[in-house]
Amino acid sequence: MELQEFITNFANQFEETDSSVFTKDTVFKNLDEWSSLLALSIIAMVDEQYGVALKGDDIRSANTIEDLFGIVKSKK
Amino acid sequence: MYNPFSLENKTILVTGASSGIGRAIAIESSKMGASVIITGRNEERLKETHAQMEGNKPDYIVADLSNSDDVQNLSENITSLNGLVNCAGLTKVLPFPFAERKDFEEVMEVNFFAPTELSRLLVKSKKLQKGASIVFISSVSGVYCSAVAGSIYSSSKGAINGLAKAMALDLAPKGIRVNCVNPGMIDTHIFSEGKITQEQLKEDMKRYPLKRYGKPEEVAYAVIYLLSDAAEWITGSNLLIDGGYTLL
Ligand SMILES: NC(=O)c1ccc[n+]([C@@H]2O[C@H](COP(=O)([O-])OP(=O)(O)OC[C@H]3O[C@@H](n4cnc5c(N)ncnc54)[C@H](OP(=O)(O)O)[C@@H]3O)[C@@H](O)[C@H]2O)c1
Repeated sequence: MELQEFITNFANQFEETDSSVFTKDTVFKNLDEWSSLLALSIIAMVDEQYGVALKGDDIRSANTIEDLFGIVKSKK
Repeated sequence: MYNPFSLENKTILVTGASSGIGRAIAIESSKMGASVIITGRNEERLKETHAQMEGNKPDYIVADLSNSDDVQNLSENITSLNGLVNCAGLTKVLPFPFAERKDFEEVMEVNFFAPTELSRLLVKSKKLQKGASIVFISSVSGVYCSAVAGSIYSSSKGAINGLAKAMALDLAPKGIRVNCVNPGMIDTHIFSEGKITQEQLKEDMKRYPLKRYGKPEEVAYAVIYLLSDAAEWITGSNLLIDGGYTLL
């Protein structure tokens, strides 16, 4: 499982935010576009792509995309 | 004592009675004098409900409503009913682009097909008596509003609402009434899967004009009304129980 690919999958859930904005250090909850629907889309994407069932609290406890990547990896 | 809402001398089947709203309906209906047959999958939790019920307590029946044999067996285990409360149900929170047919099927099976078939079998075998009342636990979702990532759940509850209206017409000659109750968010285990955080739920609660979620008993009281003879002229209706949520 690749961090770069995870970032791309993550960025794909967004409509307004330019993909160039997304790096491993992006504090995603600070993005203007962030919403409860996006949180659920990330959970659904992770389930579909990585077979991992994240909880809302996993999203809550992650600050950066890399943090979330770490959580997904640890649950795989 | 004068009580037009009494359930004395009524036998009522409640599905989903092992938890949350169904449990409250079973307990409160028993306190109103009904003889309540409860069903669910989890035997331990069914026993807990059974222990909290009052009066004449028939045996509980374990059944998985996603299994059509279990639905058939459940209906065969029943001899005579004055009320049926279709409460078992689940939700699946998925944004629409991720909601695949298999996800819809999983929810529709329990929220729509099982209550439909159970009701049909009980009507056809004439186990539901003249004057009986069928109540579906629908929702505000899919009828008055929806929620993000709620396409699957809303579809199942919208379908139940349509079904109830058509059933109400077809069963009127038999003197059987069919109604829905439509609760807003009720404090139960329905979101125990954890995709929605406690923090998000607390935030959501503030959107209710009455500033809190409902309690399972508050749905039970509405169901008791629809089961009782006080509601004898009510069929095909929706009873909204939402703390004012859909006003805004
Ligand atoms: N909570 C709300 O905010 C809310 C709002 C509007 C409508 N509702 C509706 O109210 C109903 C009850 O929900 P709740 O909030 O009380 O949820 P809950 O606490 O999760 O209880 C769900 C009940 O449904 C039963 N059930 C689920 N799948 C089943 C299956 N395959 N076979 C047999 N039984 C099954 C469960 O039985 P086991 O535990 O034994 O498996 C349990 O008794 C549902 O139809 C729900 O859609 C809830």
